[in-house]
Amino acid sequence: MIFKLRKSRLITIISAIITASIVVACGPQGGGGSPTGQVISISGAGATFPAPLYQNWFKTYAQQVDPNVQISYQSVGSGAGLEQYINGTVDFGASDAPISGDRLKSFQERYNANPIQVPMAGGAVVFAYNLPGVDELKLPREVYCGIVTGKITRWNDPKLVAANPGKSLPDKPITFAHRSDGSGTTFIFVNHINTVCPDWPAGVGTSVNWPVGVGGQGNEGVAAQIQQNEGTIGYVEYAYAKLNNLPRALVENKSGNFIYPSPEAASKTFAGTTIPEDFALLVPDPENPEAFPIAGLTWILVYPEYEDAKKWEALKGVLLWALGDDGKKIAEQLDYVPMPPDIVDRVKVTLDKVKVKS
Amino acid sequence: MAATSTPPESPEVAMIRVRRNLRYYLDQGFYYLTMAFALAIAITLVWIVIQIGLTAIPAITQFGLGFLTSTTWDPVQNIYGILPQIYGTLVSAIIALVVAVPLGLGIAIFLSEDFLPTYVTTPIAFAIELLAAIPSVVIGLWGIFILIPFLRPFYTFVHRYLGWIPLFGTEPRGNSLLTLGLVLAFMILPLITSISRQTLVSLPPYLRQGAMALGATRWETILRVLIPAGFSGIVGSIMLALGRAMGETMAAAMLVGNSNRINISLLEPGSTIASLIASQFGEAGRDQVAALLYAGLVLMILSLIVNILAEIIIKKFQNVER
Repeated sequence: MIFKLRKSRLITIISAIITASIVVACGPQGGGGSPTGQVISISGAGATFPAPLYQNWFKTYAQQVDPNVQISYQSVGSGAGLEQYINGTVDFGASDAPISGDRLKSFQERYNANPIQVPMAGGAVVFAYNLPGVDELKLPREVYCGIVTGKITRWNDPKLVAANPGKSLPDKPITFAHRSDGSGTTFIFVNHINTVCPDWPAGVGTSVNWPVGVGGQGNEGVAAQIQQNEGTIGYVEYAYAKLNNLPRALVENKSGNFIYPSPEAASKTFAGTTIPEDFALLVPDPENPEAFPIAGLTWILVYPEYEDAKKWEALKGVLLWALGDDGKKIAEQLDYVPMPPDIVDRVKVTLDKVKVKS
Repeated sequence: MAATSTPPESPEVAMIRVRRNLRYYLDQGFYYLTMAFALAIAITLVWIVIQIGLTAIPAITQFGLGFLTSTTWDPVQNIYGILPQIYGTLVSAIIALVVAVPLGLGIAIFLSEDFLPTYVTTPIAFAIELLAAIPSVVIGLWGIFILIPFLRPFYTFVHRYLGWIPLFGTEPRGNSLLTLGLVLAFMILPLITSISRQTLVSLPPYLRQGAMALGATRWETILRVLIPAGFSGIVGSIMLALGRAMGETMAAAMLVGNSNRINISLLEPGSTIASLIASQFGEAGRDQVAALLYAGLVLMILSLIVNILAEIIIKKFQNVER
């Protein structure tokens, strides 16, 4: 009995020590350089696709331009971001799909005005695959449509062999990996698939009812699926595939050219298109013969009117800086597609229309 | 409570009365305070259920009970049904129990007997309890990067030689219901082990002494006397573990493969209710949120059924003992 008591006390002591050390380790990390003057804190929420870019922009802005502007961005997903934007709990929202449907309607009812959405950057979505010994796999439209609909199931399918002469394609099953969480990456991908594949059954959305495949949680989940299972092909964001050195396939575009994914090839997707008044530009199948065909934009949504003039001035400053030369450099470093100058000019005009309460 | 006394009070008596009153109010205050705590839990639970139910109403009215038997989950056309998820939730939880119950019970028996000195068993018991403290997202990552590559040869072997059993009838993929079941087994092991061990340790010593005195061997004592005597505690731990396995979210979303299909083969990817909610909530449209919360409600009801079953089992077996 005494022994039992001692034992339990020992356990208590050990766990107390562990708890204490964890608490100490997780405690406040000491104060950094606190900015002087009046701090303007701005909060935003939304898409995960551009989150690394936004966080880098906002951090760099606070470090190099104005330490008094503190922006916190929560990458909760486009859907949740739009809800928060409509409910007015954030200062701006961010989404990979333009606001539409019943969400657009509730915004209009609530604010008696249209939401203002401006494109901040673009990105490509690529096919990454795991097939040892096969580089620069070429995917004709018919083939990748067949893979996502489940009609082409083996790597040595005659259509795939015909498009890749001289490559040893194994007699193995094709596993298609897709995102299981709702995602802007999925939206961009299926927006393309829905346009080019005549027998695509599942429509367009941030998550769809996939006919075949295995779902991975997040870009990292899909990447892990691909890396660990030979014979798997899936779609991930370009920057993520590059970071993880996943082999990327060449994709056939509308003109019949096979294009290797790159930010330059993706930026050609948006060049020469007419952009609608609300910037809700979707290019599911670009005309440009050199364009990589699977690419999309990501938007920030601001309110038509702000209560606090200082807050709006600060936010506008950040957005214009991000679209300017310094912001462009960061976008290119992170493999996003920066906005071309003509779009930036139009964004400026649009942002000038935002009103402030005096 | 105040005494009706005719003679004038002496100072001592007055003091006693003041103290008694103070003690009385403290007692009452403590009583109400603890009652408020207890009620707060119940009220929070009811509140959560009501809130979820209210948000789920559009989906409930639209899909009704067909939600439970439909296999379509189409956020584009807003048609929802969660039969594959219910199937995946139950199957992965059952796999977890099949693996974890014998293992956990074995460990509990081993640690509660005096096979090894306490300075060996205590660290083992402590390590098992620490297992429960690993965050599920870490377990998920461990599953993706270490366990799946490790299990692949085993899966291939099972498929090649036992492929004639439909349960192993498809070519193995990393993420599958079987993988999730095994990881869940790992996660619920500490629950089963520590509660069962506590139960076995706290059994009255005369049970063991009596059995020994009647000439039972150690194994007979364990199997015929100790386990039946601690049965309610052991079943309680298993039911707690089952609830945990059914509700596990992050590890499930990372390992189950999230494909919306029912397949008899355990080597195929599947989906669970919790993983569905976790992966789709962030980007969900409004109708989809309603459907997800309806799915959450179904999961709560499933857990409730499991708990009621547990109560019934425990009651029944306790009656047999008496």
